[in-house]
Amino acid sequence: MAQATFQIFRGDSKGGALQTYTTDVGEGMVALDCVHQIQAESAPDLAVRWNCKAGKCGSCSAEVNGRPRLLCMTRMADLPEGEPVRIEPMHTFPLLRDLVTDVSWNYGVKKKIAKFAPRKPDAADGSWRMQQEDIDRVQEFRKCIECYLCQDVCHVLRDHAKHDEFAGPRFFVYTAALEMHPIDTGDRIDAVKDEQNIGYCNITKCCTTVCPEGITITDNAIIPLKERVADKHYDPLLWLARKLGIGDGETGAGA
Amino acid sequence: MATTAVPTDRLRFGRPAGFAQTARRDAWWIEPVLTLVGLGSFVVYATWAALQGKFYYIGNLLSPFYSPEIWGPSPHAMFGPQPAWLPWPSFLPFSAAILVLAIPGNFRLTCYYYRGAYYKAFWADPPACGVGEPARGSYLGERTLPLVMQNVHRYFLYGAILVWFFLVHDVWKAVWFLQADGTEALGLSVGGVVLAVNVVLLWFYCTGCHSLRHLIGGRLKVFSKHPMQHMAWKVVTWLNCRHKLFAWCSLFSVGFSDIYVRLCAMGVWHDLRLFMI
Ligand code: SF4
Ligand code: SF4
Ligand code: FES
Ligand code: FES
Repeated sequence: MAQATFQIFRGDSKGGALQTYTTDVGEGMVALDCVHQIQAESAPDLAVRWNCKAGKCGSCSAEVNGRPRLLCMTRMADLPEGEPVRIEPMHTFPLLRDLVTDVSWNYGVKKKIAKFAPRKPDAADGSWRMQQEDIDRVQEFRKCIECYLCQDVCHVLRDHAKHDEFAGPRFFVYTAALEMHPIDTGDRIDAVKDEQNIGYCNITKCCTTVCPEGITITDNAIIPLKERVADKHYDPLLWLARKLGIGDGETGAGA
Repeated sequence: MATTAVPTDRLRFGRPAGFAQTARRDAWWIEPVLTLVGLGSFVVYATWAALQGKFYYIGNLLSPFYSPEIWGPSPHAMFGPQPAWLPWPSFLPFSAAILVLAIPGNFRLTCYYYRGAYYKAFWADPPACGVGEPARGSYLGERTLPLVMQNVHRYFLYGAILVWFFLVHDVWKAVWFLQADGTEALGLSVGGVVLAVNVVLLWFYCTGCHSLRHLIGGRLKVFSKHPMQHMAWKVVTWLNCRHKLFAWCSLFSVGFSDIYVRLCAMGVWHDLRLFMI
């Protein structure tokens, strides 16, 4: 069994340092296994959040060698051999302790988004009819496990700290899922522009790169929302068409 | 158990890191450097070529930088030579390219793919994902002037599609060769192939556009009510997934087409005829 060296951040909001640990790494082990082993062997007070160990709960988000990742989905075999593995908490959220950050800011952002507003049921039993092709796009977005790794890597939050103004990629995914839902009747486009401030996003696609669920965040959620904002606020011809009552009412709907 | 002090700018939690600060160990700088060199050289070459006003056509070949040639000295000009009433700065040679290049130029400048790429490579905003930015006073993104103008990308798309039809016409002209008896005969030369490949790559680039993907069907909430638009959206989506690839291939092909025609016009290369019918 090979030994691996880890540099793990220990500390809290007042300060901290990387501490070096070594532990045995067996076949098939992931970074979270190693962290647990280190906890058991030499650092019983090391704080790490986890739950499912299956990449489905989104709890174990951290930064491994500078890349936002789920600890439970980071295979040791995929990391460079012979180099210390550096594990830090997410940089974009307030630190609680060691590898655990306070992600509750995200819950507040979500609460501000206008809820799903379904049209009247299609059938007397209160149900709706939808075609598969109408929900394909939304199903991609529903894979989100709210790990907030995309929020962590987004430079608008990470480097510019626009937490008060910018909703971040996770919530563009959430909003896009509502806006593209075939039975939703809401219109969140003004909020996308003026409250979520999608204009801060400069489409650098870092969010897409880190998403463990492989959601094509930028191309499938953010840019389509930017285009909807353009329909409603930056397209003079569509503006004119709306004034004249021309069109199918879908582009820039609700204006 | 050893302890390594962590530089405070690495543990910022909302405070900016220093420029290029990162714990990433991969060569994160390669992609922005390649973008900087690739886009930078294209812009420099295209500006130089557009300002020349000469060596942009030979026989039936016209450089795509100069197409459509609205006015100009070549036989390809739609309305003859530069009209006397058209004001032109005395320090610049007259160039038909300057009249049209704003359309494809702004189309690429406002393209979603290029935006993400040049914000990283030219502005280091950010230099790469998870890598610290240079200190800046404020961050405005694309919310205010001038960058809010990126939102008119779809209008440059309309213009670019129009220009594309002229380039198709140029390919058509490039396969007709003037004979000694004054008639024209159908044939193909390497130049015709170069222009044709360019037109195909440009079409794949234009039709993979995010704005087109939205306008052609992505804007709809319910695809099943609009099967034709859904089908079109799926085709554009396929191309859109390869948008970066076609952005670079077509950038190269359009630059190369100009170089090819220019070198032929300068007599450096000879346009090899492949066959005549
Ligand atoms: S694409 Fe936009 S939301 Fe995603 S990381 Fe980049 S700036 Fe942030
Ligand atoms: S979109 Fe992806 S990266 Fe972002 S929170 Fe959801 S699963 Fe995580
Ligand atoms: S522990 Fe649930 S995603 Fe890693
Ligand atoms: S998004 Fe690239 S051309 Fe429109």
